[in-house]
Amino acid sequence: MTDSKSLHSRIAKTVREIPRSGIRDFFEIVSSREGVISLGIGEPDFVTPWHIREAAVLALERGVTSYTSNMGLLSLRRGISKYIEKKTGIFYNPEDEVLVTVGVSEGLDIAIRALIEPGDEVLYHEPSYVSYNPIIQFAYGKPVAVQTQKENGFRLTRAELEEKVSPKTKVLLLNYPNNPTGAILSKKEIEEIAAFVIEHDLIVLTDEIYDELTYDREHFSIISVPGMRERTIYLHGFSKAWAMTGFRMGFTCAPPELTDAMMKIHQYTMLCAPVLSQEASVEALKHADKDIAYMKAEYKKRRNFIYSSLTEMDIPCIRPEGAFYAFADISQFGMTAKAFSLKLLDEENVACVPGTAFGECGEGFIRCSYATSLDEIKEAMFRIERFIKTL
Amino acid sequence: MNELLNLLKKNARETPENLAKMLGLSVDDVESQMAEYEKTGVIRAYQAIVNEEKLDASLVTTVIEVKVTPEREGGFDRIADHISQFQEVDSVFLMSGGFDLLLFIKGRTMHDAAGFVSEKLATMSGVTSTSTHFMMKTYKQNGILMHTGERDDRLKVSP
Repeated sequence: MTDSKSLHSRIAKTVREIPRSGIRDFFEIVSSREGVISLGIGEPDFVTPWHIREAAVLALERGVTSYTSNMGLLSLRRGISKYIEKKTGIFYNPEDEVLVTVGVSEGLDIAIRALIEPGDEVLYHEPSYVSYNPIIQFAYGKPVAVQTQKENGFRLTRAELEEKVSPKTKVLLLNYPNNPTGAILSKKEIEEIAAFVIEHDLIVLTDEIYDELTYDREHFSIISVPGMRERTIYLHGFSKAWAMTGFRMGFTCAPPELTDAMMKIHQYTMLCAPVLSQEASVEALKHADKDIAYMKAEYKKRRNFIYSSLTEMDIPCIRPEGAFYAFADISQFGMTAKAFSLKLLDEENVACVPGTAFGECGEGFIRCSYATSLDEIKEAMFRIERFIKTL
Repeated sequence: MNELLNLLKKNARETPENLAKMLGLSVDDVESQMAEYEKTGVIRAYQAIVNEEKLDASLVTTVIEVKVTPEREGGFDRIADHISQFQEVDSVFLMSGGFDLLLFIKGRTMHDAAGFVSEKLATMSGVTSTSTHFMMKTYKQNGILMHTGERDDRLKVSP
């Protein structure tokens, strides 16, 4: 029997060398405490609308418990195709261009694996969702972070991309509306990025999981730019706008060749997404417009509240236009983001995620999620104000 | 529906400062809008939603379906207004279907409600019949679940 030290040495080098998510470490500290008000949660506080849950219950009662087609239920893929066409004007054939995945996480993983050969470079913008960098590394690709700037509201620019692009660059990974900054891009900004992509002949992976959740203007998808559909894998899912995180439902839309490549990995590793979740999602696409509008209106009030509260206490923060995060600049207090977050937790029992969990350039920021009730947000803002007076 | 009204319907005790922050308005705007709603009768009152069952001496709610003969001038309005004047009557609605007026009566005991029906309501001219139901348990009222507690099973921190 081997001891644990030698077991460690047998773990694949790529896996060994990737650190655990900073979020995970922070989670463990927060979990050890009682009565924490958490602004650290990256999922809706709403329960999945009842009619969607009921569809899953009904399917279970009917004995719907088998595998589905690898691609996912055709009725669901048709629904997805219709939904995306309505949102973006772009049609994807449900037969061979739509693939149902286990969350956007799986979609992202199979998209990267389908495209990346060892050493290929993937451009992605930071601060970013925690999984992008590791998923690229697991596929033996080289993650190349493009740091977006607070002066620019964390909106990615062509100039920033030009600095990091190389002959080895194969893919650009986009995520707007953005977690953790709440930034979105205008049509013009998207078009400039599309021009860059076409000029350098790249493939785009666009994670648009927050596309429904914008508060001042509509989100514009890069797939709507002429010439982009044929070089883009569009990633989306039901977790955020439909409040269905635990159902683990995502999907990819991409040209048949790319869908087929992802499908190969999906069929051998996942087989298919859970059937009950698929049944629930069919219902979600049919009847949830009102629920989404209601939740969105709630998030908007909270966004307004959290943004004006932070601004009033002189904590700079770009006005979040999408997702449900405010990325607050706490650099004036002369502490690292982690030290600030730990001290805030220690003294006021409020949890925010240090910006560094989303990349080095998140230093000096904390992410405050407003996917929590207004009462909690009010109390958290009150405590943060009290806390910064002691610094 | 106006967002300010929605917020007040959920929590009438919300401060104008907080309402202003949530709506992206000034405090003055919020206060003058509320004053306007009160003046024009859009907002009729601010009340607490009480879970009566939690109280020792809870009230009995009685629901009564009433059939009435509509009058030549004014239809159901005169008699509905007349019934509404009684203090024990909580709500009155004109309904389509098998009866005309739906009444919600609050009283200390079933006896109180029975007395109201037999002495006041059934004998009123224009009332042709009544059907009385006693409310047994409230599950949801004014959009508020009365028994189900709030649960948050989410991880305390997630990406």
